[in-house]
Amino acid sequence: MSFLNHLISGISLGSIYAIIALGYTMVYGIAKMLNFAHGDVIMVGGYMCFCATTYLGWPAWMGVVLAVIVCTALGVVIERLAYKPLRMAPSLAVLITAIGVSYFLQNAALLIWSSNPKTFTSVVTGEALSLFGGQMQISKVTLVAIAACLVIMVALMLFTGKSKVGTAMRAVSEDKGAAQLMGINVNTTISITFAIGSGLAAIAGVLLCSAYPTLMPTTGSLPGIKAFTAAVFGGIGSIPGAFIGGILLGIIEIFAKAYISTQLSDAIVFAVLIVVLLVKPDGLLGKHVSEKV
Amino acid sequence: MNKLKSYAASKRGRDTLLCFGIVIIAYIIVQAAIAGGGISSQIKGLLVPICAYVVMAISLNLTVGILGELSLGHAGFMSVGAFAGIVTTTCLADAIPLAPLRLAVAMVVAGLFAAIAGVIVGVPVLRLKGDYLAIVTLAFGEIIKNIVNVMYLGLDDAGLHFSLVNQNFQLGDGGKMIINGPIGVSGVTKLSTFTSGVVLILVTLFFVLNFVNSRTGRAVMAVRDNKIAADSIGISTSHYKLLAFVVSAAFAGMAGTLYAMNFSTVTAAKFDFNTSILVLVFVVLGGLGNIWGSIIAATLLTLLPELLRGLSNYRMLIYAILLIAMMLFNNSSFKVRLLEKRAMRQMEKAEKAGGKKEGA
Amino acid sequence: MAMLEVTSLGISFGGLRAVDELSMKIEKGGLVGLIGPNGAGKTTAFNMLTGVYRPTDGGIRLDGQNLIGKKPHEICKLGVARTFQNIRLFSQLSVLDNVKTGLHNQITYSFAESMFHLGSYRKKEKQMDEKAMELLRVFDLDGVADYKAANLPYGKQRKLEIARALATNPKLLLLDEPAAGMNPNETEELMETIEIVRKRFGVTVLLIEHDMKLVSGICEYLYVLNFGRLLAEGTPKEVLSNPEVVKAYLGE
Repeated sequence: MSFLNHLISGISLGSIYAIIALGYTMVYGIAKMLNFAHGDVIMVGGYMCFCATTYLGWPAWMGVVLAVIVCTALGVVIERLAYKPLRMAPSLAVLITAIGVSYFLQNAALLIWSSNPKTFTSVVTGEALSLFGGQMQISKVTLVAIAACLVIMVALMLFTGKSKVGTAMRAVSEDKGAAQLMGINVNTTISITFAIGSGLAAIAGVLLCSAYPTLMPTTGSLPGIKAFTAAVFGGIGSIPGAFIGGILLGIIEIFAKAYISTQLSDAIVFAVLIVVLLVKPDGLLGKHVSEKV
Repeated sequence: MNKLKSYAASKRGRDTLLCFGIVIIAYIIVQAAIAGGGISSQIKGLLVPICAYVVMAISLNLTVGILGELSLGHAGFMSVGAFAGIVTTTCLADAIPLAPLRLAVAMVVAGLFAAIAGVIVGVPVLRLKGDYLAIVTLAFGEIIKNIVNVMYLGLDDAGLHFSLVNQNFQLGDGGKMIINGPIGVSGVTKLSTFTSGVVLILVTLFFVLNFVNSRTGRAVMAVRDNKIAADSIGISTSHYKLLAFVVSAAFAGMAGTLYAMNFSTVTAAKFDFNTSILVLVFVVLGGLGNIWGSIIAATLLTLLPELLRGLSNYRMLIYAILLIAMMLFNNSSFKVRLLEKRAMRQMEKAEKAGGKKEGA
Repeated sequence: MAMLEVTSLGISFGGLRAVDELSMKIEKGGLVGLIGPNGAGKTTAFNMLTGVYRPTDGGIRLDGQNLIGKKPHEICKLGVARTFQNIRLFSQLSVLDNVKTGLHNQITYSFAESMFHLGSYRKKEKQMDEKAMELLRVFDLDGVADYKAANLPYGKQRKLEIARALATNPKLLLLDEPAAGMNPNETEELMETIEIVRKRFGVTVLLIEHDMKLVSGICEYLYVLNFGRLLAEGTPKEVLSNPEVVKAYLGE
């Protein structure tokens, strides 16, 4: 029974990773950049929801809405101010700028909320689901995280596959110049992508803090890196890939903690990533692009 | 004398003289300032870390600038070198009483261990490309940190005892724990001095510049500029990629020893992803492939938070803003146009230049 | 025995047969053209000869030695050098260093000598400089030796690529559309240079070209590819009068 319990908590954690990874993969697909500030947007989402519910006494759902709105706007602003001027610059310049943005968000949070951890009250309340006569407990957060992740993935697949904006996104991701010639507004499309990615980060932030209720300015860093790993794991740029990568990463992490060593769990997660990339250099579902000679 | 003049006139010679010149002049100025009492104790405390970061930046420039592969796990090699150095100096405490010599030996051992780590990491990593390669270096950096974090190493009359995850050995009488899991190392004998740091920088410069200005370095840069073309002229690309990566790791290891031997306690957590990123920032701001740029960027950016100390809590925020602003400026249309103009001028000149040899 | 012997060479990418049943024989010292319309598989053939692609079937022998399955850098060491259709220079290196890199396996010293700049380092570097300048002089590039390769005008970049390939001291030189993008004057000049190079360095040349008139001027023998298959071969005169070839080029 403990195996099943671990599996459920693995899927739960994996769902949160997957939501972050979905945002990451969308942004990477279109901007071709490692957005290291993505993890810190998660943290901002967490603080927004925390402030709304704790300081302002708003109901939980309004806290979530506020977090999504603020993060969406934040994502768009970051892209416009810091990344857009660098669209022609070498990718390394964009990477360092993203790191600068990440430092900025963390230190701004440090000034506003101080480094003292805040205890986050879960946005999902209610009795845990009890199965097998109480041998197995599944918390509401877990259920919500899994459900949210599935809904988001399906919605994103439909959106990118079927809608006009989604088609524009795929076009811009393939070839910016050609997309522009076809009358697609590249700037708007990229902004929309950042908006979606950051909005998802807010949802992930709220869920993450609900499941692991300590909130600090650095809360987003490690989950951000892990989710990035998950996106690469599944094949960066691929939506189902990010989903599978996230879930697998969560399961591997929880199992490693449970059966091998808590301290080495991160090492094991990364080791699995390395092995996967050596066998499939473009991730599980990634497209292989070879250079033309 | 004439020979020296023509050497200084070539771009290669100018860069080499500039690198060594900056370091030696900075050393003299700092020593004079210390003697005159013109340096605060905070800055004094930063001297050895600055030297370590300069070596880290030069060595990472070898991977990112010269080889052209993005590494996000350079701190991992620093970590290997730091702990290898600590263990070596502890073991040799009686055998080599002379501190500078003990430090030098420790650095060589640290360089060797980091080089071995470089081979272990480099062989799989260098088969990948671009961002995938970057994420795997990040992964290896974190793995190294995690493993060192659960390492227990003790020394007694019977020799070295080692275990992972849990300490499962007992030390004999007079035995001493060297690495104590997550607590790390405490009670390090501080061997590093500013002078030893500068010597390490000079040694690193000597080897790295020699490397770059040799057939080996040219082969590495050829692989960077065009892998397929390098292959086509008989360069084994995988061999040279690994070579550059391992040399880079070895110097990071030595920097690790220098760094660790400056503090009384050292933990694995010090050499994490953020340290790797910090060094990467030095390299990018100093200019890819530009060694003296790395030296200056590492020095200024390590000093910057200290210089901004008056702004108290806002200093890291300002650091972040400066970082973003510098990147935006470096790639602004103004500067890009300036560089393009320069390239255009050379192209026009080249168009005209005939077969006649200019000068000697 | 022919120097290069290609027998029934073929390669498939997925379901696509890019080259099929290609056989060629090139004698030492020859200047041979490989022509054909766009997408005929000429560059793919070069990529197989130089080990960039591994053929699905067939054989390649250079002076009797099998080249199939060898890596590109090993094939270069055996004496095959090439240029690329889309120029591939070491753009951040100087013109001189591009050629010196080509000398990588010709004038060598050890890794330790690289790191310490001791031993034969100075002597060998000087040899490299001299040899590289000599090659640059052949292509009229000695005046721009210190320039960054990326800053050369197009025509000079093409020449530099040939100089770099020659630096590897090849028996067989493969030129992929060496005159692409050049004006008629430059093209003529280049063709003369190729002729000079062949005599002076005793190298066998196989070149891909689009322009039939141009190849017929200097090549002694032509192979014509169409849809991955050998359409015709022979002297330029024979090939140009072959109705199949005319049809492939002009359409029906």
